[in-house]
Amino acid sequence: MKYIDEFRDGDSARHIADKIAAEVKPDLAYNFMEFCGGHTHAISRYGIADMLPPNVRMIHGPGCPVCVLPIGRVDLAIRLALERGVILCTYGDTMRVPASNGLSLIKAKARGADIRMVYSAHDALKLAEQHPDREVVFFAIGFETTTPPTALVLRDAKARGLRNFSVLCCHVLTPAAITHILASAEAREIGTVPLDGFIGPAHVSIVIGSQPYVPFAQTFHKPVVITGFEPMDVMQGILMLVRQVNSSRAEVENEFSRVVTPTGNLAAQQIMAEVFELRESFEWRGLGEVPTSALKIRPEFATWDAERKFELVYASVPDHKQCECGAILRGVKRPQDCKLFGTVCTPESPMGSCMVSNEGACAAHYSYGRFRDLALVNKGPTASNSIAT
Amino acid sequence: MSSSPNYLRPIDFKHGHIDMTHGAGGRAAAQLINELFAKAFDNEYLRQGHDGALLPLPSEGRLVMATDGHVISPLFFPGGDIGCLSVHGTINDVAMSGAKPLYLAASFIIEEGFALADLKRIVESMAAAAREAGVPIVTGDTKVVEKGKGDGVFISTTGVGVAPPGLCIDGRQAKVGDVILVSGTLGEHGVAVMSQRESLTFETAITSDTAALHTLVQTMLLALPDTQTLHVLRDPTRGGLATTLNEIAQQSGVDMLINEADIPVLPQVEAACELLGLDPLYVANEGKLIAICAPEVADTLLAAMRAHPLGQGAQRIGTVIEDAHGFVQMATRFGGRRVVDWLSGEQLPRIC
Amino acid sequence: MCLAIPARVVEILPGQRAVVDLGGVRKEVSIDLVADAQVDDYVIIHVGYAIGKIDPEEAQRTLALFAELSEAQNSPQPLSVMGEVL
Repeated sequence: MKYIDEFRDGDSARHIADKIAAEVKPDLAYNFMEFCGGHTHAISRYGIADMLPPNVRMIHGPGCPVCVLPIGRVDLAIRLALERGVILCTYGDTMRVPASNGLSLIKAKARGADIRMVYSAHDALKLAEQHPDREVVFFAIGFETTTPPTALVLRDAKARGLRNFSVLCCHVLTPAAITHILASAEAREIGTVPLDGFIGPAHVSIVIGSQPYVPFAQTFHKPVVITGFEPMDVMQGILMLVRQVNSSRAEVENEFSRVVTPTGNLAAQQIMAEVFELRESFEWRGLGEVPTSALKIRPEFATWDAERKFELVYASVPDHKQCECGAILRGVKRPQDCKLFGTVCTPESPMGSCMVSNEGACAAHYSYGRFRDLALVNKGPTASNSIAT
Repeated sequence: MSSSPNYLRPIDFKHGHIDMTHGAGGRAAAQLINELFAKAFDNEYLRQGHDGALLPLPSEGRLVMATDGHVISPLFFPGGDIGCLSVHGTINDVAMSGAKPLYLAASFIIEEGFALADLKRIVESMAAAAREAGVPIVTGDTKVVEKGKGDGVFISTTGVGVAPPGLCIDGRQAKVGDVILVSGTLGEHGVAVMSQRESLTFETAITSDTAALHTLVQTMLLALPDTQTLHVLRDPTRGGLATTLNEIAQQSGVDMLINEADIPVLPQVEAACELLGLDPLYVANEGKLIAICAPEVADTLLAAMRAHPLGQGAQRIGTVIEDAHGFVQMATRFGGRRVVDWLSGEQLPRIC
Repeated sequence: MCLAIPARVVEILPGQRAVVDLGGVRKEVSIDLVADAQVDDYVIIHVGYAIGKIDPEEAQRTLALFAELSEAQNSPQPLSVMGEVL
């Protein structure tokens, strides 16, 4: 697969790893946050943490749209499906997110709700056309990457006068969240969240470009390297961050220059601006209310806005008391610091959202890395000497 | 004008549909059985016409019995359909204990309104699969449920086989130092089925690998000077390779280390998985097996597998190692190491 | 976050749609957001929509940098090679 396989080459990755090892200053600690779940996933799946020197630590950020979806929003979707009899369409990722009363979309489906998993927003619109006698609601989640397709289907629904279709908009914005992490009380308290740089979003940046991170890098004097999701991209992004730290720079650099430009995808930005406007505030799971961090549907599209159409009233629901998702999403704690991790909270029965998505910090650590927590494992032979070829 | 007292209008297999009378046990039911099932599956035991088939006892060894319910959407997919799948699946379950499958029983639950043409196609596919495998369907049952209470057709099959004396193949037998082999490329069945799912549709040349593996198993056993050196056989169906290895690791109380670079996956399967956000290690197979054997016979076994048409793509993918946690770990192609966990929930296409 | 993959455009269809190929797997997607996509371009597909186009020269430049790293490990690389520094 062109533009995929070349960026997964283990040999070249080891050379970058050697470079990182050679360039880090032994007396410095390098704490980098990868904002995106895509990077978290790559780091866990390819075992990248094993290839880094001990003083380079990767901290998982809140960049997983499923993980930051607050319980109250999932509750709204569940109520629409169970009490209002709509066909609720959603991406597969949201199906298992825990909601109130032990429910999730998958459990609501088992109780008779008509919940359909779609691959694309386009499919939700098609369902509305196929079922003119039913209300079809698209439960739309995601960052800037996933927002333009939702904007396009809203535009099309309006153009076609498709009145049985609406969108429950939960789209959130990346730069606002990154800023919030550094502006939070914990971040100001020196030593609690010692972040030295950010691996910047890959696919989000295709849409918004690299420029939106510039004010952030300047204000907080933190380097940002926009980095692709393939493992070599991640290694290279880390190397670039190490170099910025070593030379006390705090710039926005672009490792993912094969698709990300300074200004991003203007057509996508335009359709987003046409259909959506800023929400004054939006609750993020783990981060709480974050000002101007999400989008809502413009009044011109009110007919297709499920919140208006069904007069939905949002109510915040607290997470499980012992759930550390909030601290984990801010980079303050690691999954293994949570009492629930791997005991009552597992991918089969997630208590917190970080255990739901493959990209959640907890799920990634549980699924790919938890053997590192156990000393026993090293008794086994290494891969190279146990598998004769 | 004279009428024949036993005349029945032939079933319209082109345009007709299943209705409630086909399951009511009356003349219509009998007619469906005679004109479709009995004709397609025809063999000496079925011809006895009893409710149960009278079968000769094997002279030695142990009886092996396995049963499997088949529900799949869509019913027809590239490379197969629910019919042949229901034959292969149960034969494989019997064969994974090293047994020779002898007989099959089949039970159908059909939804009212199901097209007779589709039913005929499915039954004929089952009959062909059973004949090709040399395992007759000796008894069966048909029920009809009201429209909306089934998904077209569900097929349960039960298989009986005989395992030779002395054979000891089961999931608890994996031992530290053992070698893990797979019989070929992984994930084709799952990808072929998903390519046809509404809302996912994509074009691919991938076809399901659905096949009966008992002859491959017999070939493997014959190649071994001592069959006790073959410790575990299992077909990685739902949940794929990853889940099956975890089951075995847990049952045997061992750990495993597999090598990503050695795991055979077709490029198209990898591509489809990239597209849907799935991992081929968790995608279903219906014509592949995992064999875990003593290290000294691994080469012999691998050569025997590769000499069989269903094992041409066989590979050595890892080893059983000592660790009480029952983890399956993988040395990644990239140079790191990670856990290969059980499948959690269902494999769903993801956006993130 | 945001699972997306590069695929080659093999056919432009009416209504801002196109067929893309990824390692032999073909799927119809929307090119509404990448209106100038041409046959043989590589586009990034996310939830059935092309959201961006790969710049082959930039991709080559990044790969060349990786190659240099593996050949000349001890010579420091100029940062300017890595795309623009804002």
